[in-house]
Order: sequence, then C-alpha cells, then structure tokens
Amino acid sequence: MTREGRIRLFVVAGLVGIFEVLCRSGVIAHTVVIPPSEMARSLWQILISGAHNADIVSTFLNVLISSALAISLGFAAGLAIHALPRLRAAIEPLLASYYAVPTFMFYPIFIVVFGVNARAIIAIAVLLSIVAMIASTLTGLDRIPAVLRKTARVFRMSVPVRALLIDLPAAAPHLFTGAKLAFAYALIGVIASEFILSGQGIGYSIAYAYNNFDNREMYGLMLLVIIVAVTANAGLDAVDRRLQARLRR
Amino acid sequence: MRRLSDFLVLFAGMIALWQGLHWIEGDTVLTSPVATIARLATLMSAGPFWGHVAETGTAFAFAVAISLIGGIGIGTLLGLNRTSAIVSEPILIALYSLPKVTLYPLVLLCFGLGISAKIAFGAMHGMIPVAIFTMKAIMQIKPVYWRTAQALRLTPPQIALTMALPAVLPEVLSGARLGFSLSLLGVLIGEMFASKRGLGFLITSAMGLGDTATILAVALLISVFAIAANAGLFVLQGAVQR
Amino acid sequence: MTSAEIHAQLTGVTRVFDLPAGGKLHAMGPVDLALRRGEFFSVVGPSGCGKSTLLDVLAGLAQPTSGDVAFEGKPVAGVPDGIGIVFQEDASLPWLSVRDNVAFGLRRASTDKAETARRVDYALNFMGLRDFADAYPAQLSGGMRQRVCIARTLVLQPRLILLDEPFGALDAQTRLLMGDELLRLWRETHATVLLITHALDEAAMLSDRVGVMSARPGVFIDVVETDWPRERDSRVVSDARFGAITARLWEKLRVESLKSIGGKSVAADGGTLS
Repeated sequence: MTREGRIRLFVVAGLVGIFEVLCRSGVIAHTVVIPPSEMARSLWQILISGAHNADIVSTFLNVLISSALAISLGFAAGLAIHALPRLRAAIEPLLASYYAVPTFMFYPIFIVVFGVNARAIIAIAVLLSIVAMIASTLTGLDRIPAVLRKTARVFRMSVPVRALLIDLPAAAPHLFTGAKLAFAYALIGVIASEFILSGQGIGYSIAYAYNNFDNREMYGLMLLVIIVAVTANAGLDAVDRRLQARLRR
Repeated sequence: MRRLSDFLVLFAGMIALWQGLHWIEGDTVLTSPVATIARLATLMSAGPFWGHVAETGTAFAFAVAISLIGGIGIGTLLGLNRTSAIVSEPILIALYSLPKVTLYPLVLLCFGLGISAKIAFGAMHGMIPVAIFTMKAIMQIKPVYWRTAQALRLTPPQIALTMALPAVLPEVLSGARLGFSLSLLGVLIGEMFASKRGLGFLITSAMGLGDTATILAVALLISVFAIAANAGLFVLQGAVQR
Repeated sequence: MTSAEIHAQLTGVTRVFDLPAGGKLHAMGPVDLALRRGEFFSVVGPSGCGKSTLLDVLAGLAQPTSGDVAFEGKPVAGVPDGIGIVFQEDASLPWLSVRDNVAFGLRRASTDKAETARRVDYALNFMGLRDFADAYPAQLSGGMRQRVCIARTLVLQPRLILLDEPFGALDAQTRLLMGDELLRLWRETHATVLLITHALDEAAMLSDRVGVMSARPGVFIDVVETDWPRERDSRVVSDARFGAITARLWEKLRVESLKSIGGKSVAADGGTLS
C-alpha cells in the first residue's frame, strides 16, 4: 500500500474511532445516532437473520436492470447520435444541460403511469443514468485516433470488422467510464426512489425504520448501503483508471 | 443560423412527442403541454404557491452559499498540500458517488423537520463537487507559477489573489455549476421525502392525488429555472476562461 | 586578465535531497563559481547533472545543503532584489494580456504608475512585442511567450539575469535568433547573465566563459574562456576559434553525458563504443 494509502486508512479509522467515542460517551445522543460498532452489529444481525433478504435482492436487481438498460440504450443512442452530425449539433446543448435539471422530480409521474412497482423505479433510474452513458459513448467515438482509422483502410477492413477490431477496443475505456457512471447514478436513483415511495427495497426499509423510530434497524441498513456503494464504486473506479491509463501512450 | 433552426426543429419534435404521449396515455396520466402551462399559470396566480416557492428558494439559496464557501474552503485547504490532496481525493469521490439520500434520516434526526434540514441536504450534495474541483484545480497549478511568484518576491496574500485565484477560477466555476445543480436536487429530494412545504412537497402531494398536471407544471417551472441558471453560469465561466 | 568585480559567488556549495522512499540524492556539488560583474556566463552539462539546481541555489529559490551563496557581497536568503529569472517552462499568465503580464512584477512591487507604464512600453518595444501588447498568451507562439517572460524580467531592471534553458522548447532557427536578442539585452542592460543550456554551440557563441558540469553530482570540470568581443552576434560561428571552443567543450562533455545515460566506457583514443 502506498504511503498515502496508509495515511488515508489511518485518517478514516481515526474519524470512525472519534465518532465511536463521542457516541458511547453520550456527547452525541443515542436517540440521534448510534455508535458505529452498534451499527455494524445491527447490520450483521440483519444479514444473518435474513430479515431483509427480499429487500436486498429487490434493490440489487433494480440497480442491475437499470444499469444494463441505461448502458445498452445509452450506447445505442450514442452510436446513432454520433453517426448523425446534424442531430448531434442540435441535441448537444440538451445533453450538456441535462444534469442541471433535478430529473429525479419526475419520479412521481412514473408512479402515476406505472403504479407503485419496480417499473417506475427502473424508469427513473434509467432516465437518470442514460445521458452519462450517451455522453461517454460520444466522447469515446470522438477520441478514436484518426491514424487508427487510416490503418484500418490500409488493411482494407470493412466497416463492421473495423468497428469490432479497432473502434470498440479504442473506445472501450471511455465506454467503461460511461458504464461506471451509469451504475453510480442508477444506484442513487433506485435508493432515492425507494425512499420516496415504494413497496420494498433497502431504501424503503430505511424509510420504514425511520418512520417507526427503529434507529437500530435503520442505521444497520444505512451502513449496508454505504459499504456496498463505496466498495462497488471504488472497484469500478479502479478498473476505469487502469483502462484510462492505457490511453496515455 | 442552421444550428438554431435545427435546434428549434428538435425542440418542436420534443413537444410533439410530449403531445403524442399525452394522446396515447390519456389525460389522467400525462397532461398535454398546453394543459400543463395552463395549470402552471393557475398555480402562479394563487398566493400560497409563492409561499412554497419562497420556502424552496430560501433553502436553496442558503444551501448554495454553504456549498460554495465550504467547498472552496475545504478544497483549498486540502489542495495546497500535495499529500493531503492525494489522501483526500478518494474519500471525497466516495462521498460524491454515495447515495446521500441514505443519510437523510440522520440529518433529520440532527436538525429536526424544519428548513435547516433542507439546507443541510442541499449543502451535503453541493459541497462535495465544489471541494473536489477546487482541490484538483489547485493541485494542477503549473509549478512554474509558484516559482515565478517566488522569483518576483510576492507576498503570500499577493500569491493567493493575483496568481492562485485567477489560475483556478475556471475549474472552480465548473465545480460551482455542478454544486449549484446538486444543491437544488438535494433540497428538492428532501422536500419530497419529509416536508410539508416547498415545491418538492407540492410534487409529492400532487402525486398522492394523482394530479399529474400539477406535478408536470411544477417540474416544468423548476426545469426552466435550472436550465436558465446553468446557462448563465456557463456564460460566466466562458467569460473567465482564456 | 584584469581582476573584475565579483558579482555573485558560490563557495563549496552542495545540494543533497531527501528521497521520499528514504535515502539521499546528492544532486550537485561541491561547486565553486565566481561570476564577474557584467559577464555572460553559460553552464553546460549532461541531463540531470544539477544545472537547474545550481540556478535555484544561486537565486535563493533553494537552500544549499552546505557552502555559501553570496550576491553583491551579501549572503543570499530568499530571492534578493536585483535578480531576474527566466524559466524553462512557459510562465506567462494566460489570464492577463501581454502588457499586463509584463507589468505584473512592477505592479506587485507598487511601482509608480507612470514609471511602470514607461518601463513596460520600453520592454515591449525592446522585445518586439509592441504590436501584441493587447493579445493574450494563448494567441502567441512559444517563442513569443518566452519573449513575454523575458520582458517581464527586463522591466525589473535586474543586475543579474538567470536563464534556465529558456529556449529549450523552441525550434533551432528561433533559438539562434533569440540568442542574438539575448546578447542585445545583455549589452543594453549591462547586466550579468548566467545561462543554463544543453546546447554547446549556443553556449560557445553567446558567452564570455562557459562552465562544463560533470554528471551527477554536478561539479565544474572545466571553465572555457572564449575572449569574444562584447559586440558580437551569432556570426561568431564563422570565427576560426569557434570550432576549437566547441571541440573542447564536447571533449569533456561527451564522457559526462555517456555516464549520465549509463553508456559503456569509451576507449582513450575516442574510438568506437564497445
């Protein structure tokens, strides 16, 4: 581990430790936050008892489906837009300002359209993440060095062959970045939707626990989301950086 | 000129799509563009609506201010030292991609159900990108600038104001634009989840009544504001960039 | 040789860095250097020999690990008044116009406005930047940007000018022209000039003396006197002595350069590499 990595571990452990002490000593009220060790114990019990297994599976599936849809549809849309320069020029300002709009506020529309079920959640999660994939696809296709395309012509490659053997590998790092972002946004979208209105899921369970003053359950589940989100995103980020490093020739 | 006409054609196409969906789904599900604007006009002519706007607006303004001041402050402190920057970057990025909605109950337990909780939500969302962008901008100041400042024997305040600040300004504005949008998102989600006032609340209560016209009307208003503000900040950023 | 006044001096100066992974890097020294007032002195040496470190220590940008650094008879602590520095990288500030860039140092030193304007106009004219006064660095070529940096140094009326491979990023022809400009600058300002360069011909044609540094840790292994007249330009290359001077520089430098890139030893008669 690098020196900075060690310092980082020390800092995080230190902060958690201080937080633990403040909670246990009563400086932070028990009714507001429970100590991290209690949170961990609660999470452990939740996992062992399997009380929330259905919720965990539900959230997990929703995130996977939303990500997959956003990635595939986003990629397809990116390809199409890249191939039609006039459309791209017209749509570019919209894509650029897309994330300025708090898109999540459209979730209630999907509730009304689909009812309170997974389809509404997946719909809003896809809507949140698809543009990141489209933008990354466009960048990836833009950044294929012209000299590689010329090389393809020297080898007299047909367009489909070139697309598979040259375009895809060359654009892959950017496409992966788009996938990573799509996943992160899908996760945020699914959890937020479950919070606001849903029948099941981890977000729903946290909100339910909150409304029923069950702090222990609530914090255990919160810890679960934090651990999963940080781990998954960090893992994807590590792969992303490896792929991007390949580009810096 | 062709760009503009292309854009208008696209825009018209989107309105047409909206209208088309309305015809397919029916009035109870998706109101038409015209009906939506009519509903918005009705809402805006009634007094209580502006109370909600003021609530959201106030919370948002405070959240943005805290995000900017806090974010730039933290980013600067962490960015000036190379080690602290390298140590903090993954931590900040992890916080950035975390679904912060998860932490909302904690905020509510700390701040209660009033406007301060909303401001906290907004600040939570907005501060992190501002801090990240500021920190990276400071890290990326060309070392030759620091040496030039030394060579010209500038005092620390001079270095900060005449060298560091102009060098980081474009990046910081980029982060500020993102922080602006995310603060708005944070405040709105907070209102949707746990509030009895504000535009977010209007949306959720309309959802309970199946009142899509109101949902779309309020969403339209917020969208127009968000896009206009983002465009304005973008222009500002362009003016500063060299 | 008449004894000229010593303008700046390094005595027994070394610079040793602590490596982050532990251990030390002996970058330079011990170095002895006595710069005569008004002379043009170049330093050549292989990559990584500590040439830039020499400049940093002389200018007060870095502290020597041992030894003394003096400028105009006084010890150096921090950058002294009267020293101007031109760096290798482009140090022009992209958010300021050329004029504002050149005026930058003067404004920070709270120089009188009229005086500032006068000096800035003079420097812009001198460096051929008058037509570009309101342009921004992004619109200029690399050579022009270096001229802006030189102009910015010039307005401070330095008595000692240090240049760290200022023309490194420029193409060969621009370098030759910039060399002539540098000579013109030197003659008009009567400043002492220390130029760090890796280009032997540049050092040989511009300087009164050339110091050759060894591979790391850098020490002076030779100082060559060129005896050029003060009124000179790049046409000294046709002088008969030019070849002899560059040959002498290269003789010493080739061995050091090979050491620096880890080459095999060269036979004493200068024969082919084994």
